[in-house]
Amino acid sequence: MEAGALATRDVPPSIGGASRARHGDQALRVILMGLAGLILALIVFFLIFLVLKAHPAFARFGVFGFTFDNNWDVAHAIYGALPLLVGTLITSAIALIIGVPVAVATALYLTELCPRRARGPLTVLVELLAAVPSVVYGLWGVFVLIPNLKPAEQWFADTFSFIPFIGGGKVAGPNYFIAGLILAIMILPIVSAISREVTATVPSEDKEAALALGATRWEMIRMAVLPYARPGIVGGAMLGLGRAIGETIAVTLVIGNQPQIGKHLFDQGYTLAAVIANEFGEAANDKLHTGALIAAGLVLFVLTLVVNAIARAIVRRGQHGRRPVPAQATAVAVQ
Amino acid sequence: MTPLPALSPRRRRTDLLARAVLATFTAVALIPLVLIVYYLLHKGLPAISGHFFSSDPTGNFLGDAGGIKSAILGTLELVALATAMAVPIGIGVALYLVEYGRDNLFGNAVRYFVDVLTGVPSIVFGLFIYVTLVVSGALGSSFAGWKGSAALALLMLPVVTRSAEVVLLLVPDSLREAALALGSPRWRVVFRIVLPTALPGLVTGALLAVARAAGETAPLLFTATLVNGTTFNPGDKMNSLPAQIFSDVGQAQNRLVTRAWGAALTLVLMILILTLIARTLARRSRIT
Repeated sequence: MEAGALATRDVPPSIGGASRARHGDQALRVILMGLAGLILALIVFFLIFLVLKAHPAFARFGVFGFTFDNNWDVAHAIYGALPLLVGTLITSAIALIIGVPVAVATALYLTELCPRRARGPLTVLVELLAAVPSVVYGLWGVFVLIPNLKPAEQWFADTFSFIPFIGGGKVAGPNYFIAGLILAIMILPIVSAISREVTATVPSEDKEAALALGATRWEMIRMAVLPYARPGIVGGAMLGLGRAIGETIAVTLVIGNQPQIGKHLFDQGYTLAAVIANEFGEAANDKLHTGALIAAGLVLFVLTLVVNAIARAIVRRGQHGRRPVPAQATAVAVQ
Repeated sequence: MTPLPALSPRRRRTDLLARAVLATFTAVALIPLVLIVYYLLHKGLPAISGHFFSSDPTGNFLGDAGGIKSAILGTLELVALATAMAVPIGIGVALYLVEYGRDNLFGNAVRYFVDVLTGVPSIVFGLFIYVTLVVSGALGSSFAGWKGSAALALLMLPVVTRSAEVVLLLVPDSLREAALALGSPRWRVVFRIVLPTALPGLVTGALLAVARAAGETAPLLFTATLVNGTTFNPGDKMNSLPAQIFSDVGQAQNRLVTRAWGAALTLVLMILILTLIARTLARRSRIT
């Protein structure tokens, strides 16, 4: 090809143009790198600052003492976060136990069994749950779930009173179970979306092979789909867990806000996130109280960090030797 | 070859049962949605009137509770300001990660920390803004709308960055190479080829982040806080729909609870519209 043919059209021929382009390139690179550096600095500052501000509480009670002492007593300025930590763990566990089976079943139904025409609308409906804000779930929980579920909860507690932790006690209006149930509904769309993306990556050869060998639909799901998709599903559930641990407002409205370890499933409690939301207003002029709340925030942060790191590791390890999960799944995961 | 044995009744039963269980669970998953929509309409619609949208909350203990004008306008202002902070920075960082930092140490460090930010509970962002900006009284006021926006922006930033990175990575390298081979400088490739190609996806990611921020209560409680009046000054305390709902639920007075349902219906509709626009744009996108 003749060199002239190229040079006549879009290529800047002059040396001056090239040097201007070089300046432009450098400027772009420096600006973008500056933005990225800014983010990095901001996050590092964020972490250091929170640790510094939490220091009064950690210095007074010790990191271990603060986290695992069962005594949160604002009036006497004693801050042991165990009741809050336990509340966070119980409600999140309930959310997983209720939410994950439903979410995974929904994903399997939508990808493998559902009539093609109903698939799109049903998927949108399940995802709509994600568009409902936390405070609206709280409002709904307070005025609909709590009054309407109380008789059923009391019946359940009485009938299964022989099971430790579940039965025996008097059902409080706001309680661990209601909070866990609302969290289950809130994590349903994300766990279901990730499970759906992962099951969609199962090679159709595997599924067709199972069917050709005479497997029924369910046997095909059990033998070809689930083993392949398991790491992704587990990872999705862990991301849901991270979400449940950090959820604040809906839980604050329906947990009862009692800084105690509840005696049973239908007792009142507190969570790390809820205590921050409730007590921050009154803590403003009290360095120790503020420090304790920030320390609670740090415990919460570390908890979500560990859970999310495990989730990512599982998803990534699961991808080894498998088809990559499509980009949308990762995009969904960050929302 | 012998034909396969006929399906045994036991296997057939298991199959039918498993299918029924999966279908039932899917139906169960839709129950909360139906219930929430029903109660939002049933309890929210009676609250809604012209007066409801055109008046501020009065704060009176008795009598007329007022509407939610300041809350709607406050939410719009807070979210618009947060978007103006988070979206340019988020897309810029994503551009760096895709164009220059695909696999170097700095790029991976930024990517890792943005991932860390994704997992931070929203209340912790509120806490951070409170101790850095509110307590210190930055720019002359303690609680202020722009500080609430900053907390929301922190929340949106990782969402915008990660979704923008995914979309920018989908722009085919052949397009970049073609432009570079024609002698176009890198900055021009970015602004004329990469960004326009990825635009629908970038808008979708930004809108989904906006929808998420619009419904957040926790970061606003002790940054923008709660007031009755409408304000257009980002240096003042600013009302917002989620904070208004949260406060009204806590009051447990019938007329305030009615207002909370009306405000909840309004908020859900706003978020729904944003989400639908985002999804429509995503479907129109040329790449992905």
